[in-house]
Amino acid sequence: MMPSSAPSALKNAPPGDGTVFVPPRWRWARKHPTLILGAVLLLVVAFVALAAPWIATHDPQDIDPLARMQLPSSEHWFGTDALGRDVFSRTVWGGRVSLIVGISVASVSALLGVVLGLLAGFVRRLDGIVMRIMDGLMAIPGILLAIALMAVIRASLTTVIVAIIVPEVPRVVRLVRSLALTLREQLFVEAAHAVGTRLPTILLRHVLPNMVAPLVVQATFIAASAVLLEAALSFLGVGVPPTTPSWGNMMAEGRNFVAVAFHIILYPGVLLAVTVLAINLLGDGLRDALDPRLARQL
Amino acid sequence: MNATDPLLRVEGLRKHYVSPRQWFSRPRPSVQAVDGVSFTVARSETLSLVGESGCGKTTTAKSVMRLIEPTAGSVLLDGENLLKLSPAQMRQRRSDVQIIFQDPYASLSPRLRAGEIVAEPLRNFRRHSAAERDERIRWLFSKVGLRPEAIDKYPHEFSGGQRQRLGIARALALQPKLIICDEPVSALDVSVQAQVVNLLMDLQAEFGIAYLFVAHDLSVVRHISHRVAVMYLGRIVELADRETLFNAPRHPYTQILLSAVPVPNPRTPTRRMLLQGDPPSPANPPPGCRFHTRCPLAQPVCKEQTPPLSTRKNPSSPGGQGEHLVACHFR
Repeated sequence: MMPSSAPSALKNAPPGDGTVFVPPRWRWARKHPTLILGAVLLLVVAFVALAAPWIATHDPQDIDPLARMQLPSSEHWFGTDALGRDVFSRTVWGGRVSLIVGISVASVSALLGVVLGLLAGFVRRLDGIVMRIMDGLMAIPGILLAIALMAVIRASLTTVIVAIIVPEVPRVVRLVRSLALTLREQLFVEAAHAVGTRLPTILLRHVLPNMVAPLVVQATFIAASAVLLEAALSFLGVGVPPTTPSWGNMMAEGRNFVAVAFHIILYPGVLLAVTVLAINLLGDGLRDALDPRLARQL
Repeated sequence: MNATDPLLRVEGLRKHYVSPRQWFSRPRPSVQAVDGVSFTVARSETLSLVGESGCGKTTTAKSVMRLIEPTAGSVLLDGENLLKLSPAQMRQRRSDVQIIFQDPYASLSPRLRAGEIVAEPLRNFRRHSAAERDERIRWLFSKVGLRPEAIDKYPHEFSGGQRQRLGIARALALQPKLIICDEPVSALDVSVQAQVVNLLMDLQAEFGIAYLFVAHDLSVVRHISHRVAVMYLGRIVELADRETLFNAPRHPYTQILLSAVPVPNPRTPTRRMLLQGDPPSPANPPPGCRFHTRCPLAQPVCKEQTPPLSTRKNPSSPGGQGEHLVACHFR
């Protein structure tokens, strides 16, 4: 029965063999399913967060004392929390915080890491100095730093981001430095030196393009851990101020009512898990797709 | 400056690698990769450096253009000591000395197109407008036997021989007076080796480039060289013109090296002399003549006195010309 009911999309299939025809431009996607799955999930989360003002059904801050801890209904899709706020709207808006934290932490720490890592790897006099400072920064736990920053300045999204970036930068610096140490011994770098190319040009043209793949992968994993860390900080009350809905502080507030209103922490919790999973899938997929050695083995 | 002066004069070149001193350990001896090497290269001449692995050929070659900073000595290019130049001055002089690397795979940036690789030296020295540069790149591609379509390809789309042609085009771009060829054909198939060697010779005939040709394949060396220097453990043991060196070698090491060259006819009677063991470590070279540990002629004096590289009269070679330098007490 299969041959007769073949979908019309397969009309172009080469006749004879039993394999399903895949258009060339989709073959790449077929080879990297985790990459596609992660990217699609992340795009959905990103779209929802960006379109929060249009998607949210209520003002996320609107308190309704008459409708406290309601179960999901057609009026409140995800129910309401202890103050009668709409959980669906708060979850949608909370995604913004997670995305902002993930993207800004990943990009800022990658940028700082590249600059410091290249300096350490190529300017030998600075190597010891930079790396010892990085070792020092690595010893600072993010949560402790967030609490300290909270004590000194008022809690805001910025303090959270800074608190997460500081311990992440040394990891990128170490990665970039080790890549730089390998690349500086490469013959094509020596060749560039031989034809009179200046150091900054060597770094930009010959070194940096060859570290893009591992850097992108590292950045996605940093983004995933940053999203989790922000939630943890907010949950502990040292993160985003309670006036801004974030998945972390929603769960912190819902924690007291788990027994009677499980849905309050369920939705932000699930969304957090899905987002982190999506970023990790994307990172795994990128690592496989960008690593030519792995690609050749497949 | 005199026109008869050599283009390149290397004197007393040394490169000692000192291993970094560890805490609580005694200072370790330095590795004497190159220990007092002197030679000259005339304009439009090919001088080959031959010797077994680890004898310091590549270190010598790369020291000449300061890709490796030598420990001591002088490198005079047109009478100017390159080792005394500041990094900025040296960068300017790089247009006169270029290099072709052994490995045509590792020496090309994998993420740059062929045209960009050849354009890089031209960009660095800004001698041309963008249009002139494109014109010159096309000209360079045709000179090294690559098709113009190759300009937009990436290195991995080329074969080994084509990649080496690309490396030659890059070295040629700045019209250098001297090109250092660091075993340019030893990574290639034999059939491609001949093409690349002939290309190098054609370019020399056309542009009058001098080559410092590092190799261990003696048949290639015999084909391309005007003069040959034989190195052993960081020193030159014999230096002569091609005919003299191949027909009437004097130093026992050179003789043994030449006797190892395969002969096409299996019936040709060969007197193959074989060396026992590995060369001594350059970290702990033997005193006196460095070859005495393996030399068939070794006498007690060889352990005590280093034979200087000195001139020999050379009646035995009919085609011979120029100096014949040998570092041996007995030959």
